[in-house]
Amino acid sequence: MPLVYRSALVAMLLSSVSLQAAELLNASYDVTREFYKDFNPAFVQYWKDKTGETVTINQSHGGSTKQARSVVDGLPADVITMNRSADIDILAQKGKLIPANWQTRLLNNSVPSASPTVFLVRKGNPKQVKDWDDLVRPGVTSVIPNPKTSGNGKYSYLAAWGYVTQKGGDAAKARQFVTELFKHVPVLDTGGRGATTTFAQREIGDVLVTFENEVYLLQKELGEDKYEVVYPSVTVLAENPVSLVDKVVDKKGTRKVAQAYLEFHFSPQGQALAAKHYLRPQVSEVAQPSFKKLHTFTVKQAFGSWTEAENTHFSDGGIFDQIYQK
Amino acid sequence: MHTTQFQQYQGKVAYKRATSEPTWVRWGLIGLALAFLGLFLLIPLAAVFAEALRKGWGVYLAAITEADALSAMKLTLIASLISVPLNLVFGVVAAWAITKFDFKGKSFLITLIDLPFAVSPVIAGLIFVLIFGLQGWFGEWLIDHDLKVVFAVPGIVLATIFVTFPFVARELIPLMQAQGKEEEEAALVLGASGWKMLWHVTLPNVKWGLIYGVILTNARAMGEFGAVSVVSGHIRGLTNTMPLHVEILYNEYNYAAAFAVASLLTLLALVTLVLKTYVEWQASRDAANIEKEVTA
Repeated sequence: MPLVYRSALVAMLLSSVSLQAAELLNASYDVTREFYKDFNPAFVQYWKDKTGETVTINQSHGGSTKQARSVVDGLPADVITMNRSADIDILAQKGKLIPANWQTRLLNNSVPSASPTVFLVRKGNPKQVKDWDDLVRPGVTSVIPNPKTSGNGKYSYLAAWGYVTQKGGDAAKARQFVTELFKHVPVLDTGGRGATTTFAQREIGDVLVTFENEVYLLQKELGEDKYEVVYPSVTVLAENPVSLVDKVVDKKGTRKVAQAYLEFHFSPQGQALAAKHYLRPQVSEVAQPSFKKLHTFTVKQAFGSWTEAENTHFSDGGIFDQIYQK
Repeated sequence: MHTTQFQQYQGKVAYKRATSEPTWVRWGLIGLALAFLGLFLLIPLAAVFAEALRKGWGVYLAAITEADALSAMKLTLIASLISVPLNLVFGVVAAWAITKFDFKGKSFLITLIDLPFAVSPVIAGLIFVLIFGLQGWFGEWLIDHDLKVVFAVPGIVLATIFVTFPFVARELIPLMQAQGKEEEEAALVLGASGWKMLWHVTLPNVKWGLIYGVILTNARAMGEFGAVSVVSGHIRGLTNTMPLHVEILYNEYNYAAAFAVASLLTLLALVTLVLKTYVEWQASRDAANIEKEVTA
């Protein structure tokens, strides 16, 4: 019997030793799985051509806030690729894993791609949903992930809020509208992918409010004839920032390759791959015929900063807690 | 002769009493039970295999031989290969101490053993993150010494051990309590050493209960989701166990592959059930044999 433990322990130790050889771990959010399945091999090839070294890239996916929490708790990610800057800020605030000015270290505030929040409806748009106002009509239900745990859900919430304020409404009006909106949400999933599954597999809700890239992916996977995309008149542009996790790369000695991996996101090739997965490229001119021109605002433009939006709306006892209690 | 007739008579009365309900009630209840069984057990079971094979054997085999799936199976096996023997030893020791000896704090010890049953698996996982995570008690120290616990294999093994902790002990304690200490005392009087007594008296008596406990422990160790999910970090190919791999595949719209891996877990459950039935059958046969010997 002891032999069994011993060999199992040795196997464990060996496997953790082999982790040290030129491997990167990318902690990412829920709906980028398919993007990185294309992007990682492209980078591995690029790095091999450039330096002759072979690098392996491992992926970890989950709700963005949950993933950030895991990195703070010690998930040894070399790079973190999130769907909002607040989930990277937390690494500076809670974990002291990165410097506070991390956004200044790469192009375009470290944002290689972005995706607007849009609607997906069932074929033929049976409830005639055209804009945000239609989501609060009697008899219309929407699926939105939980704004407390999911970046996707926070964006949907802020998009609805911003829709009112961008049209000249005040905070009280916006609050009333968002309160009404969440009365029409039957299920709050913890992450974007869970919400998609609720809408598509469990057939709950008339509208799925989620990122444009998730909407296109769903159509590709589950059939273009089943759903239709609806672009609201105004919506939020979810910026997807990336960063090194300094404490991890310095410990593992992977800073150089991790930095190159992040820079590859901004290269023409990386931007083209983003576009292929329906993420709107932000720095490079890439042929993007499929992207509809939209009237969008960023969180920074409409709410000052992510930290401000987070404190006002999503902190404990914040506006979301107040309206969802009622 | 007289007694046999009496017994037959008694049996008849009992037989009549048990079936005195109207036919429609009897068949209604039986039908209800079968419908319930079909709805909650058989249909989901069939659905798993039907979904797994929907795209044919080729896709099925590809899904369960793919690199990430194999590494998930390997990790699941490692976790149960470590946690089952440890919990086996611990369970025997704990049950032995609790049932054969009297000491202070015994009921407290029993409560402690039951703790993993009472705690939600998510909390069980969080406990380890709070202790061994970077922000936890030993986080800094572990990082400084290059030791990985959470978000690596050791954390997954720890979480698995925690949730499967009570199974063997819980299975053995009632059994050993019912058997009492007489045989052990006889062995001692006849001059047996402690080890001899354990090997030749105690363990043979609880053999089937022990095997049953191990089967349950193994099934839970391989199937655990919640606790392992919290400490895993979800690094594909490295820290995903089979249940976590199923979730990932499902979330990637890869339904056929998700159900293919799920079907392996379902097969494990079926094997567990068969083994369990066999063990129960053997145990009751042994008990009957002993009774025969005693009456003879």
